[in-house]
Amino acid sequence: MTTEAVLPADLETALPTTLFRFATAGSVDDGKSTLVGRLLHDSKAILADQLDAVARTSADRGFGGDKGGIDLALLTDGLRAEREQGITIDVAYRYFATDRRSFILADCPGHVQYTKNTVTGASTADAVVVLIDARKGVLEQTRRHLSVLQLLRVAHVIVAVNKIDLVDFSESVFRDIEADVQQVGRELGLGSDGISDLLVIPVSALDGDNVVERSERTPWYTGPALLEVLETLPAADELESHLESFRFPVQLVIRPQGALAPDAVAAGLDAEAYRDYRAYAGQITEGSVKVGDQVSVLTPGQAPRTTTVAGIDFAGASLEEAAAPQSVAIRLADEFDVARGDTIAAAGTVREASADLYAALCWLSPKPLREGQKVLVKHGTRTVQAMVRNVTGKLDLATFKLEAASTLELNDIGHAQLRLAAPLPLENYLHHRRTGAFLVIDPLDGNTLAAGLVKDHPGDHEDERYSI
Amino acid sequence: MSTSLTEETQVTEAGVSTRLSSLDTLESEAIHIIREVVAEFEKPALLFSGGKDSVVMLHLATKAFWPGKVPFPVLHVDTGHNFPEVIDFRDRTVERLGLKLVVGSVQEFIDRGELAERADGTRNPLQTVPLLDAIQQNKFDAVFGGGRRDEDKARAKERILSLRDEFGQWDPRNQRPELWNLYNGRHTVGQHVRAFPISNWTELDIWRYIERENIELPGLYYAHEREVFARDGMWRAVGEVSQPRPDEEVITKTVRYRTVGDMSCTGAVESNAYTVSDVVVEVAASTLTERGATRADDRISEAAMEDRKKDGYF
Repeated sequence: MTTEAVLPADLETALPTTLFRFATAGSVDDGKSTLVGRLLHDSKAILADQLDAVARTSADRGFGGDKGGIDLALLTDGLRAEREQGITIDVAYRYFATDRRSFILADCPGHVQYTKNTVTGASTADAVVVLIDARKGVLEQTRRHLSVLQLLRVAHVIVAVNKIDLVDFSESVFRDIEADVQQVGRELGLGSDGISDLLVIPVSALDGDNVVERSERTPWYTGPALLEVLETLPAADELESHLESFRFPVQLVIRPQGALAPDAVAAGLDAEAYRDYRAYAGQITEGSVKVGDQVSVLTPGQAPRTTTVAGIDFAGASLEEAAAPQSVAIRLADEFDVARGDTIAAAGTVREASADLYAALCWLSPKPLREGQKVLVKHGTRTVQAMVRNVTGKLDLATFKLEAASTLELNDIGHAQLRLAAPLPLENYLHHRRTGAFLVIDPLDGNTLAAGLVKDHPGDHEDERYSI
Repeated sequence: MSTSLTEETQVTEAGVSTRLSSLDTLESEAIHIIREVVAEFEKPALLFSGGKDSVVMLHLATKAFWPGKVPFPVLHVDTGHNFPEVIDFRDRTVERLGLKLVVGSVQEFIDRGELAERADGTRNPLQTVPLLDAIQQNKFDAVFGGGRRDEDKARAKERILSLRDEFGQWDPRNQRPELWNLYNGRHTVGQHVRAFPISNWTELDIWRYIERENIELPGLYYAHEREVFARDGMWRAVGEVSQPRPDEEVITKTVRYRTVGDMSCTGAVESNAYTVSDVVVEVAASTLTERGATRADDRISEAAMEDRKKDGYF
């Protein structure tokens, strides 16, 4: 049975669509903007006035010579400077939908600060599409991209071998590149670590082959077109909501103390019954929770306190259960003092909080990292002061080796050990994409310095330099 | 068609039904953002114009803090050329939710000589000065905006939490990277942050959500008869501030508004969408973007929105 995309949605019969986030990454001139433009255009997400504007600009610039045509890349270049310079500077978000899914596309530029942009796009992505020019094959930058995606634990990595039309739709060219990609995947553990999968698809973004529909010009390729893949892969939420380790960082306490919302009162809410109402508001980052579940409240500096979930509320509705990524308000059976920054977690599933943080850092700031530097660490809903004790190495993204280093510069990825002013419930990023992530922030100007990924439990790595 | 329906059913049985719908996921994300801002900032405010995006944003805020009150005031920049029924809707909504309303008035700035009327009569770009003044006077350190990334090319590059300098300016080339769902709202004295909880919603998402949640909107979002004249390829309402020129013929048409802004630059579209479900169908089938169809100010140049945003616009 074929699973050809049916577009657009028939509104009367369509089921609720689900959300899928993906990012694109590529090197210079591999046609990434054209691919994005093609996806948007062929899925009818480009409306007539947008297309007119792009057509005008294409004609002004003489795109396509005498034949004319539309430069699809112009659809994604948003800022004045980008159009003037013909380059993409910053991550741009695009939206399109089929009858199965709504898509959020983070279009990450390839040449300027690619690590920064790829890390940013990949941090929220369910899948990342990496482009390769069929004439060039796997480049050093491809290795770097795949390395970053493995580090960020992206669930699905799709390699689009683009410009397949320029190699005469040659199967042997494609198979060679495919083998190279799988080889890099094996070296990285990408696609074979039980966390991620790795798919390779031959496409022509310019002509549309295997982008939305399967191409007749690649009869040797029997797999799905890119959009079919994006429509059917499970989203990260779907994978994570089934994990048994429920995690819920408390954002704030809802405690109206009799001062109820007038519209809630107007709707018949009994103010007296809500006089002592107290619930903890947050978004479930992982797993699921039911009323009656045993949970631990994790407060930094205190032993975990165990209690029972008395209720799960959401805007007037009482839920029996809830799962990631739902935003809810949780009531507990015991009247503990719980505040923002605390985490509610499935009882007995969290390791002791620690003030020693061993992590991979993706350095995103032009200011280099110094050993001894004072920073802020934002983890979940808590921000604490921290000091960088030492840098334990820098990753060579092309060889995947850790090299000696004592500093990290913009777009470097390295390992470092930090000492926190207060312990945090840190978890290994490899298994916890939310509670294993943190930001490093400059206390002086408030800028984000680095994306942090918690590595092994810090206690296991006291003062070990130059080892992974 | 029957084959694709069968496929859909199978997909559902395979587990998609256990996942949140895209609207639920977007709602959950927006509520998370609203709660983060309230928890981390001293004095937030929500930009509320009575337009559909701000109405949805306020609805999300009521859900985020239920059964408590929305814990911040709403801020409206009144161009003086707003549709009267929208101002009326604004006041009723504020009253119903027991909110404090702060109004920045373009007219007052013009009357004091601190702003000059533009030659084209459009007051949309003039909102920036009263907006920044209201933010400064009230010491708001975070301002929720209903901007959506699908609206415009410049907005597609916007962060969910976006820093503004002492002059209210946006520097699109020097934005903080935004990772996971960890929002960095740190700012220094004089700076403020714009927060966009519905960044990831499309126009169709907004309408489907309005339908699902049964949210009330100003009546002009639905088809009604109105005296209009054609200008710049749009139907403009006849009103005190938008008078036809002698060569522009006034006719009565059945129209609705896709966006509700300043009367001087917002156009209506011909429509028979009398109900919210009619609008959902119409928007899904539309071949024009909402701004392209209805906003004269965004037709000035390809970078019109970017230029306004850099100066501190919404």
